[in-house]
Amino acid sequence: MSHDHSLNPETMPQEPEKATLEGKNKFFGLWFFLGGETVLFASFFGTFLALRNSTANGPTGDEIFGLELVFIMTMLLLTSSLTSVYAMYHMKNNDFKKMQLWLAVTAFLGIGFLGCEIYEFYHYITDFGFTFRSSAFGSAFYTLVGFHGGHVVFGLSWLIALLVRNAKRGLNLYNAPKFNTFSLYWHFIDVVWVFIFTVVYLMGKVG
Amino acid sequence: MMTDNTNFNSFQKQRNKEEMKRQLITFVLMIGFTIVAFAIVATGSMQKMFAVPLLLIMAVVQVGFQFYYFMHMKDKGHEFPSLMIYGGVWAAILTIAALVAIVWW
Repeated sequence: MSHDHSLNPETMPQEPEKATLEGKNKFFGLWFFLGGETVLFASFFGTFLALRNSTANGPTGDEIFGLELVFIMTMLLLTSSLTSVYAMYHMKNNDFKKMQLWLAVTAFLGIGFLGCEIYEFYHYITDFGFTFRSSAFGSAFYTLVGFHGGHVVFGLSWLIALLVRNAKRGLNLYNAPKFNTFSLYWHFIDVVWVFIFTVVYLMGKVG
Repeated sequence: MMTDNTNFNSFQKQRNKEEMKRQLITFVLMIGFTIVAFAIVATGSMQKMFAVPLLLIMAVVQVGFQFYYFMHMKDKGHEFPSLMIYGGVWAAILTIAALVAIVWW
């Protein structure tokens, strides 16, 4: 690691995540990626909206969705978004320990969300026989919600790798952009979930 | 030099704290919107015609909070992120409109 990367706390800049060229590039690169992700998820949402009534005499959304579980999942993911904001707050104050703590809380909330989603899919498949092949609605549902779940799995792996790899490094200008990039990605996962619980579950229940 | 640096840090800390407070208020509002949205559907107190647009508006507002406060798009130096996200949103609207229109006809 070069000298620039291991500046001590007294001289840490205001925004350590964007103080180096590498940090700036990561910041721009991630937003570029998120623009692309928006389009990707839009095509899944469009497909879902187009096919959500094509149930081929299989189960409909109204029959299988349980709002309680979706509400719990929403709270878990929304809170994990706030805890990652807390982590970035401590990063900007150069408090490595607290940043680690809040990122760990974020990871646990994310794992909780994932557990609920796995249970949800299991419940649909075993109790309702509702699978990817049940109907066009089934395919569209599992593709959209499953792809979001895949993003959560990727985000969790990313976060855990970051925490383990940087556990003994302390906070510096080399790894601050890495944590910040992850946190932006994690917020975006929550953004997608807001539309999923609205369009898939709530609108599915309303009719 | 040293004292200047310390003063600057405490000023910065104060600023970060105020920013955190705003983000906490944002979070409370987001939780509020979520609870209202679920309550509308769970109680079935609203007709579909009104419920669906209202749910969508609340989702858009919540996502706006997420982008502008949690992801700092309101801060300086976020012209490129705005361009990317609004570019994505534009393409998203076209995609969804096209796919829904195909079914409508």
